[in-house]
Amino acid sequence: MFKNALTTLLIWLTAALVSGVFVWLLADIIIHGLPKLSWSFLVEAPENAGRSGGIGPIIVSTVLILGVAMVTATPLSLATAVLLSEFIRHDSVFGRLVRRSLDVLAGVPSIVFGLFGNAFFCIYLGLGFSILSGGLTLSCMVLPILIRTAEEGLQATPNDYRLSASALGMSRSATLVHLLLPAATPALVAGLMLGVGRAVAETAALIFTSGYVDRMPDSLFDSGRALSVHIYDLSMNVAGGDASAYSSALVLILLLLIINSIALSLAKQWLHRSVVTA
Amino acid sequence: MSHFTNNKSEQVDKPNTDDAYTLGPLQAGPPCCDPEPLIRVDNLSLHYGEKPALEGVSLDIYKGCITALIGPSGCGKTSFLSVLNRLTDMIPGCRVSGNVHFDHRNLRHPALDVQRLRRDIGMIFQKPVPFPLSIRRNIELPLREHGMSKQAELNDVVQQVLQDVGLWDEVKDRLASSALALSGGQQQRLCIARALALQPKVLLMDEPCSALDPISSGVVEDLIQRLRGKYTVVIVTHNLAQARRIANYAGFFWIKDQRAGCLIEFGQCKQIFEAPAHELTAAYVNGSRG
Repeated sequence: MFKNALTTLLIWLTAALVSGVFVWLLADIIIHGLPKLSWSFLVEAPENAGRSGGIGPIIVSTVLILGVAMVTATPLSLATAVLLSEFIRHDSVFGRLVRRSLDVLAGVPSIVFGLFGNAFFCIYLGLGFSILSGGLTLSCMVLPILIRTAEEGLQATPNDYRLSASALGMSRSATLVHLLLPAATPALVAGLMLGVGRAVAETAALIFTSGYVDRMPDSLFDSGRALSVHIYDLSMNVAGGDASAYSSALVLILLLLIINSIALSLAKQWLHRSVVTA
Repeated sequence: MSHFTNNKSEQVDKPNTDDAYTLGPLQAGPPCCDPEPLIRVDNLSLHYGEKPALEGVSLDIYKGCITALIGPSGCGKTSFLSVLNRLTDMIPGCRVSGNVHFDHRNLRHPALDVQRLRRDIGMIFQKPVPFPLSIRRNIELPLREHGMSKQAELNDVVQQVLQDVGLWDEVKDRLASSALALSGGQQQRLCIARALALQPKVLLMDEPCSALDPISSGVVEDLIQRLRGKYTVVIVTHNLAQARRIANYAGFFWIKDQRAGCLIEFGQCKQIFEAPAHELTAAYVNGSRG
């Protein structure tokens, strides 16, 4: 009886501890970040190294970097996942090689990705410190997450669909497009969210690739400062920048929430349409 | 027995009246006095890797008839069906040998258009597999894949096949809702309708009733009987009474020497059940073996 109560108590305590840390973190950011948050903070350019002014150009840069990363990584990872799960045998040498490489890639520290991106995109391809370089570097970084989640999602679809569709004389590609990918959509969206989360939180890889410049970017070839880099800079290098750093962190979290909810509702709508459309 | 299930199903699963079907009334007994072989299987063997699953099977499937394949689990009946629509192609390590001819064409020819073949030889699985789409899309998707694109034509086919399987009255007001919401028996009839929409010549059925409750099972069984004459049906079943009720021809499979499945006896259903030539068959149909 006593043992049971103790176990229950421990489990509750653990859960409370985990959610407590999250709530504390969130509350801290909200309490310190909310006072400075206003419409003008969101749209104005930073002044005095970010101590005053807003973060308008930085939000734009962040969204652009994120956009480049996801637009390039999503088709690549989807194609790789389809190859791994549908077109080669699970235990083939090639498949194992690709999976092993992805697992290694997923564990590589982000600073290494940053140095690689700097050497390859900025210098070798001549893209310089630019939003494009940063986005492509992040793209390499999120590929393993996107591929593995998409592959798992596809493999989790019932094999009965494949058999039934073949028995109806449907081609592999039609089965994939009309049945397997829609069935795997929730997993694909979850993977995408994990990827966006990792990309938007990235600092180290971006310092070397998209740079520090806090002006409004004119094109993808301009250098642009991401939110996470801005927060890092304000809290480490700028004395008296803490208030702006807190507000920027709050904006970062809000941005993540907005992207998550948009993606989820899009996926829901798309699923609904694929069921109902005549 | 058949009559009993039929009456029962009319009370519970209601719109199973004869008007709901357009395939015509139930037919009893073999319609084919002069059987014409549609599929000829000669000395068929099948291995999964090194393990033999079927050895030396030879039989003819007659046009317009219902052929039942009976025998214990693991004796290769399902493997036999998968050879007939080349679903064996999808199983890694599966090797087939022997001759199979469908409509005088070599069914095992490497250059055969498999998608076209599977359109001619449809298959129904043990567990109903409706796609996670609307009822209408379930039927339309394979049709579109085979090149039918006019919506008016598609609508006609959808209505026609749903009437054929007696599902039209039950679902006509909710064609746009998900097929997954249908009951098990309705799902299986939808799967049959989906296969019929492609106008196949042959329907392979792998224990189509065994995952269903007795009433739905009776409804599907009646439907299979209505397919007789218009379609050639090959059905694998563990339900001996069902085989006896619906089949014109029956083949009895058995596992020889604990190794591979083989065909022990093939003939008219009546003969297999009432005057089997082989003692194993007699023991199996009487329930003393297997």
